[in-house]
Amino acid sequence: MSTELDNIELRPARREFFKTAAALATTLIAPGILLYKTGHASDASSKKPRWGLLIDTNALSESDIDACVSACQREHGWDSDPDSRTDAQWIRKVKLTDPESGHQRFLPMMCMHCENPPCVDVCPTGASFKRDDGIVLVNKHTCIGCRYCMMACPYKARSFIHETLKDQLPVAPRGKGTVESCTLCVHRIDRDGSNAIPACAEAVNHGDRKAIWFGDLHDPQSEISQRLQALGAVKLRADMGLNPGVRYQGL
Amino acid sequence: MKMQSSMRYAEIKTSTPNYWGILVALAVIALAGFAAAHHMDTEGHHVTGMNNQVVWGLPHVFAIFLIVAASGALNLASIASVFGKQDYKPLARFSAVLSIALLVGGLAILLLDLGRPDRLIVAMTYYNFKSIFAWNIILYTGFIVIVLAYLWLMMERRMYKWSKPAGLLAFTWRLILTTGTGSIFGFLVAREAYDSALLAPLFIVMSFAFGLAIFIILLMLSFRLDQRELDHSHLQRLRKLLGLFTAAVLYFVIVFHLTKLYGTQNHDFERFILLDGGIYTLMFWIFQIGLGNLLPLAMLYAPGLQRSNSALVIASLLVIVGAFAQLYIIIVGGQAYPLNIFPGYIVESSFFDGVINEYTPSLWEFLLGFGGVTGALLIALLGIRVLPIMPESLPAEVQ
Repeated sequence: MSTELDNIELRPARREFFKTAAALATTLIAPGILLYKTGHASDASSKKPRWGLLIDTNALSESDIDACVSACQREHGWDSDPDSRTDAQWIRKVKLTDPESGHQRFLPMMCMHCENPPCVDVCPTGASFKRDDGIVLVNKHTCIGCRYCMMACPYKARSFIHETLKDQLPVAPRGKGTVESCTLCVHRIDRDGSNAIPACAEAVNHGDRKAIWFGDLHDPQSEISQRLQALGAVKLRADMGLNPGVRYQGL
Repeated sequence: MKMQSSMRYAEIKTSTPNYWGILVALAVIALAGFAAAHHMDTEGHHVTGMNNQVVWGLPHVFAIFLIVAASGALNLASIASVFGKQDYKPLARFSAVLSIALLVGGLAILLLDLGRPDRLIVAMTYYNFKSIFAWNIILYTGFIVIVLAYLWLMMERRMYKWSKPAGLLAFTWRLILTTGTGSIFGFLVAREAYDSALLAPLFIVMSFAFGLAIFIILLMLSFRLDQRELDHSHLQRLRKLLGLFTAAVLYFVIVFHLTKLYGTQNHDFERFILLDGGIYTLMFWIFQIGLGNLLPLAMLYAPGLQRSNSALVIASLLVIVGAFAQLYIIIVGGQAYPLNIFPGYIVESSFFDGVINEYTPSLWEFLLGFGGVTGALLIALLGIRVLPIMPESLPAEVQ
């Protein structure tokens, strides 16, 4: 409907508008791309630590694993009635039997602190999250108790708090109606850094006799990395590509 | 357009003791559902049948039934608006009202079964956009808004021309919505019972059948309560449609299990569902396949029953019974079967690794689930009382 006159008068203004819009868009989008690149930088190449555990099942007896479980209970103040199906278990003793040979083996299982955690993917509110140092935690303030993370976790690492809790410890706040799991003793790590020892490892490492190594998987000089390089290890459900931070030897 | 201009709609006017009795009963059960939810919230979920192995139980069966049926109930409106079948136009308004009512009932159950239902505001303000749950929160609220707008456009004569594009939007949205509901399970790669893209289309055909079954029952009930004329020809169309949808559900179930049966790795899981899973096997063959698929199919297609209204009602009820069995097997049975963390080993632990997980639903969960269903029915029945939703009569069609 525009007349010739309109067009002549509007053209420069329109051109100016597009120029400004383009400049504005560049200013707005460029930092976004930068952020995306930073956010998606490969974990392995960054200087950040990634905390993990290496568990030598050959060095662990059945009672050693019981000691791991008790140490975790004392450290975080959880308790589990053996008959209860609703009590939380942050770490558990698993017995494997080869049906052909009858060979038996015991191992402790806890949150695997995956690099690509399914629990974090499915959490609707982002309460399930992974820290920059690789530790997977639940934010107790934003967990709505939907239990979708428990459906998604391939390792059954998580527990739902089914009843009111008493006598909680300051290092491990817990709450009825929310989900929780192993924190890799994050309170010790935040205090002691790479010198930290999670409670389960502390319970079974005696002097030179070690069964659980804690350390930085990104630091090639760390004891855990050196040992992984020399002896290798197994990732549980490696087929799922989650790259768990907990590795096993002797399986 | 011809049908639209001649069709008259009116509020349900009946005031018989029967009618009020039904409404009061529905309200009482819905309130009992709230009370049960309050009990579970104050005591914690240890009063329910759920545990750390089976984390979604009976409330989720009810909730997902209602949510799936909600999107299916909209089908009749879609057939009219999107596919231009004039015969279905008189049913379009009720189709929209019922779909909103069912969705609200289902969402209420889901919300009240949360560990922290008081944190609804957190769920509405913190979004993890990689979570299918987060998508669903947007899909469900969007569905309610879109269908309300669609309903208004259908009811407001001046705006009627817009009801067709609105119907198309609602139809597209509901397909995405049910895909989202099916994908809650389909995307769970760690569990053998799920981890299948087939769950999304399976949930869509389930929604067609379940939503239509509820629609048929409520349509016949409300016409009877208000003594309105409902000609056989209208029911005959719905009868054929229900038969088709039920057969489609059966087809998808067969393909789902055949796919799993072909590879050796899933044989143990299939054996659990089809052969020795106790309650789940019983539910599968007797309730889902027998009573929920085969018997209604026979009743809907049997030549001798084509004019029987009670056969149609019974077939619809059977489809709903089968729906609950099917969802119970998918949701609870899928969790009862243990995670396969150590393939090839016998696994034991204090945390019930390697065993079939137990789940016995509690009265509280049943009340919450049933309360959601009655709440949805109450909304639908009140909706048709306060708004001109139902046609004044559905006489035999004049050619």
